[in-house]
Formats: sequence, structure tokens, C-alpha cells
Amino acid sequence: MDNKVNSACEGCSQYNAKGLKKLGVNTDNIDFVVALAGNPNTGKSTVFNALTGLRQHTGNWPGKTVTRAEGAFEYGTQKYKLVDLPGTYSLLSTSQDEEIARNFILFGKPDVTVIMADACRLERNLNLVLQILEITDKAVLCLNLMDEAKRNNISIDERTLARDLGIPVVPTSARFNEGIPELIKTISEVANGNIICKPHRIKNVPENINKAVKKLSVEIEKEFPTIPNSRWIAFRLLEGDTHIIDALKTGELI
Amino acid sequence: MNNKPIENIIELSNDLRWQIGDEFHDNLAEGIYADAAEIVKGSVHTAQQQKQFRLDAKIDKIITSKTLGFPLMFLILAVVLWLTIIGANYPSSMLANLLLDTLHPILKNLASGIGMPWWLDGFLIDGVYLALAWVIAVMLPPMAIFFPLFTLLEDFGYLPRVAFNLDYLFKKTGAHGKQALTMSMGFGCNAAGVVATRIIDSPRERLIAIITNNFSLCNGRWPTQILIATIFIGAVVPTSLSGLASVGAVIGIAILGIFFMFISSWALSKTVLKGEVSTFNLELPPYRPPRFWKTIYTSLIDRTLIVLWRAMVFAAPAGAVIWLISNINIADQSIAYWMISSLDSFGFLLGLNGVILVAYIVAIPANEIVIPTILMLTVLVTGITGGEGTGVMFELESVNETGDILRAGGWTLLTAVNLMLFSLLHNPCSTTIYTIYKETKSVKWTSVATLLPVIMGLIVTFLVAQIWRLVF
Repeated sequence: MDNKVNSACEGCSQYNAKGLKKLGVNTDNIDFVVALAGNPNTGKSTVFNALTGLRQHTGNWPGKTVTRAEGAFEYGTQKYKLVDLPGTYSLLSTSQDEEIARNFILFGKPDVTVIMADACRLERNLNLVLQILEITDKAVLCLNLMDEAKRNNISIDERTLARDLGIPVVPTSARFNEGIPELIKTISEVANGNIICKPHRIKNVPENINKAVKKLSVEIEKEFPTIPNSRWIAFRLLEGDTHIIDALKTGELI
Repeated sequence: MNNKPIENIIELSNDLRWQIGDEFHDNLAEGIYADAAEIVKGSVHTAQQQKQFRLDAKIDKIITSKTLGFPLMFLILAVVLWLTIIGANYPSSMLANLLLDTLHPILKNLASGIGMPWWLDGFLIDGVYLALAWVIAVMLPPMAIFFPLFTLLEDFGYLPRVAFNLDYLFKKTGAHGKQALTMSMGFGCNAAGVVATRIIDSPRERLIAIITNNFSLCNGRWPTQILIATIFIGAVVPTSLSGLASVGAVIGIAILGIFFMFISSWALSKTVLKGEVSTFNLELPPYRPPRFWKTIYTSLIDRTLIVLWRAMVFAAPAGAVIWLISNINIADQSIAYWMISSLDSFGFLLGLNGVILVAYIVAIPANEIVIPTILMLTVLVTGITGGEGTGVMFELESVNETGDILRAGGWTLLTAVNLMLFSLLHNPCSTTIYTIYKETKSVKWTSVATLLPVIMGLIVTFLVAQIWRLVF
């Protein structure tokens, strides 16, 4: 990358927002695949619409999106495919909409995963965030609904949060298009490797489980040296997840 | 491929699973929550005063209260329907004027001007064009009002509250509480409601939701209900009350649909789909003031136009079929005539008539064209003059004229009531049937979902007709 910054303006996301081209459903010649994951009703479809110019139906109830929607945008000179996933509370469940989300994050191998979180309910949302961070190390946390958080007198120190999670954090109010330029810029920086994530890994695991997981992930890494999420697979194998066992056998995970 | 190392890994995981014991899942979940709590402690600061939450809680206390919850729900439904019925009248008659009274003669003249043969002109203009024009005139205005209103409620956050109110009843019938959400979607379009059932985790409860979604009166059936209620129900009460009576009748049918949905959910969960009711968490999202214009715009583009387009795609060939069966003769009478007379006695048993049954057979692709087909066939059989010529779909100037034709065709209050019931209780439209098959991947369950409502409809209309004739 020889993108030399000439003036303060060019480094600013507001300036670069002009470089955004909404491509609608045209997903040809894509450079990067970006997944939009997160709890239900956190505004994934709203962000999806803002970036692609499409008009996915949005609503104020959990469970509105049940299928995967795809669209594209161009930023700088690169094309991004954006995949809007159904909302899920966790990656451990069995309903069909949640499985669609889980399978895409696991098997679709997105270049960047944007995790949407409700700023007013961060602690509950982190359950999913921490699970996703076990799977992928290229992620951005989009802290949405900041307008509501402000109204409820909730203030969030984004820097500390970003440091603790090991991924960039972008506060937004997607309904009012606030923070979207910053989000796009961050996505492109993570996709291009300008920002290297060091995602948080779940710490409060009892010692006996930790030992078992370590033993297992060493074996997994021996067999698949390039795998980024051996620990997560170890978790799932210990749980007896038949889906993951099958995927391991067919080589779908690599 | 050498699977040996992978088999070893899986074996190792099986051994380790025994060692760490049953609590693995809970321990891991606790670990995640402990991490989350630590992180939040470091970066989130919440001021003690939380006024907004308190306001939300106050609204919730009223909307989801045991005494006011249900009346408020019906009141909101009534207001939405009232606005739809009253508001759709004017644009509907304007569209009918333009498409049927003005454009149709112009097209006819044009066709005869270029010397088009009568059968091609009839097939294209009296069949296909009129079916399309009718669907647009009748469906577009109510949809353009109903869908935005529904979407505004949805954006505001009302739908999860409906689910919350109804959850208790669903649990009693052995179904999933989230079925309230898919049922609500069904009031717009059953095919959309069936797709929405993906939010239900348990396959058993999801099947119940799919099979019973058809009991939500869909958008294609609202206009039929409204028109028949206006002509016949509105006419039996004093003029000043007729508006109220017809809206009441339509709401009554909608509520009856909900009742049948509960009954059949209960019956299914006690017989072929036995099982435990699964628990679930339902988040009541904060109330959000809808972004008015944006909502209006997207609901018009996304929902209204897409549903209208679908209706038109199905209406065009149906219009052609109607024209054909009423213009192709076998032994001096049209095919339509033979179909009607062979179904007439069966129709009488159900308190309906042959015309209505033929109309439902022709209109399987799209419920929207039932009424125009009925009118056209009635004119054909009774031989009265009115509207256009043989086999031409038409829309009459006023509700009164429509009523006159129907009465001339032997319609009574019983016919009207039973038509409203049958319109609620019959097979789903072809799009919905196809969607059910795509979602269940099962011919068996698709057949159940298709036939169950028809059988119920036949039983209900039969019983109503017999009792009615005994009493009156």
C-alpha cells in the first residue's frame, strides 16, 4: 500500500465517504466479503441499506430478518460484498435463522465480520461478540443506537472497549446515518490489513476445561496448520456438535 | 483422503468430554458472561437516572396489561381497518374510472380500428387487460394504506408486545409464542408469514405455525370481505349504522380466523404434532419513534408494489381463463355454464352456489380476483344486462349495482355470510402453497396445510347453512 496521506483531509473518513459507491445487488468482481452479524434488533439491516443503497425491510422486532441478504458497495477502488445475516443471541443454538448466521461466519469465511451491538445493552450483546471473536480475527464492533444510549445517560469509553476486545470499535446511530463513514473506513482498513486485530479470547474458563481445550487444539493445529479458530472448534467438539464433526470430516472448515 | 488423523481428533474429543463432565456447556457460558461483565465494568458508565426506560415501562404496563391488553389490540386493529376501508374508497373508484371506464373503451376502439379479430380482442382486452385493471383498482389503494400503517406499528415496536399478550394463549394450545409474530405477518400476506416462521426453533411448533398461518386473513381476501360486508351486512341495519356494522363484520371474521388458528393449533399439538412447548426469550425492544416518511416510502416500494406485482402476474392468465371458459361452447352452452350447473346443488348444501365454487376454482392462483369472477359468472348465468358483454370482467359503478346483480343471481344474506366464511376458510393461494413446500420440503405437510382449511370451510359453511335454514 503506497497510499500516502497528503493532507489532513484525505485521512479523514468524512472526506473519504465521498468515495463510497453503493452498488446495490451487483456483486461481480468482489475484492472482499463483509458479514454483518449481531443480536436481533440492533440495526443490521439499517446499516446494510446505508452501505449498499438497497432497501431491505427494517423493523423494530427481533427476528425480522430470517434469510441472508447480499449487496455490494465500492470504497476507494475496492469492491466489497456485504452479507446481512439474521440476528442471533449466540452461536450455540438450533433455530434455522440462527444456523444461517452461524454457518456463514464459520464456513463463508468473510474477510471482515462487522458485529453490531446495541449500545444500551452491551453486556448482553457481548455474549455473541466474544463467541464470534473466537472464530475470526478480522472483526469490527459497530456500537449502534448511540442516540438511544445518550438519551438513557449511558456513556461508553470506546477506546477502553476496543483495547479490551482487541478490535476496532465504531460508535454509530445508523438510523440517522451517523458514524457510517467511520464504519466504512474501518472496514476497509481491517480488510486491507492496515489494522491488525488481536481479538479477546474467553478467559474465565475453568482449569480442567482449559486443559482439555488446549490438548485438543494442539492436535487440530497439527492436522490443519492454517486454521485460525482451533480453540473454537475444540469447544464445539467437546460439546459434541455433530455439524462441526461432519464439517471437519469433509474438510469444509479449512 | 486420509481420514485417520481426523478420526483420532474426534476420538480424543470424545475421551476428553467424559473427563470434563456434564457441566461443560454451562461452565463455558458462565465464562463468557464473566468476561462480558469484566469488559463492561471497564468501559460502560450508566448514570442512575433512566427516564426513558421508565417511560417505556409505563407504556408496556398499559399495552401488555391483563385487562387493557386485548381491548387495545382490537381497537388498534379496528382503527387500521377503518382507515383502510374508508380511505381506499375514493382512490379505488378513481382508478376504476380511469382503467375500466375510460381506458378500456379506448383500447376496444383501437383494436377494432386495426381490425383485430374478435376472439383475440376479447382474449387480450376483455380477459387479460380487465383482470389486471381490476386487480390494480381494487388492491392497490387498500394495500397502499394498510401496509404503511402496519409498518409504522412494526417500527414503533408494537409487534413483540402483541406476541407477549398472546403468548399465554399459544402456550395453552401447545404452540410457540413467536407464532403471534408470524400470524401478524400473515395478515399482510400468508406467504410472507410462512417464511417468517423460521424464527421458531422447534420443528414441531414451526410446522404448527406454518399450517395455521392461512387462518390469518390475508391482503388478497380483505377486499372480498369488505365488499360483501358492505353490500349485505351493512344493508340489514339502519343507514346511519351501516358503516359500523360492515367494519364490525369484517373484524368479526378476522377474529374468527384467529379463533380457528388457536383451535387447529391445539388440535394439531394434541394429535399428530405432539410435544412439549419450548421456552424462549422474547425481547421487548424499546419504543422507537418511526421515521415516518422513510417508512411510508419503503413500505410502498417493498411491500405494496411487490405484492401488487405478484397479484398481476397471477391475474393476467386467470383473466384469460375466465374469458375462455365463458366463450368456448360445448353443446350450445359455455364451459362455465356447465361447470356452474354441475356444482350448483353442492353449492346449495353449503349455503353458497355454483358460481362461487367455480370462481374459487378459477381463482386459486390469486384470491384477489374472486369477486370480479363471481360477478361476471352471475351475469352470464342469469342473463341480466349490466356491465359489459359475455365473459367480460367488470367493476360496477356503485356498490348498490353490484348488490342488485348479486340479488338477481339469487343471493341472500346467508350466501353473503357463507361467502365471507368460505373466503376465510379455504386453501391458501398457489404462492403460499409453493412457499410452504419450499419451507417444509414435505409433500405430506404441504397437503395438510392445503386441505385442512378447505375441509374446515366446507364443514363450517355446511353447518351454518343447515342451521340457518332451520331457524329462518
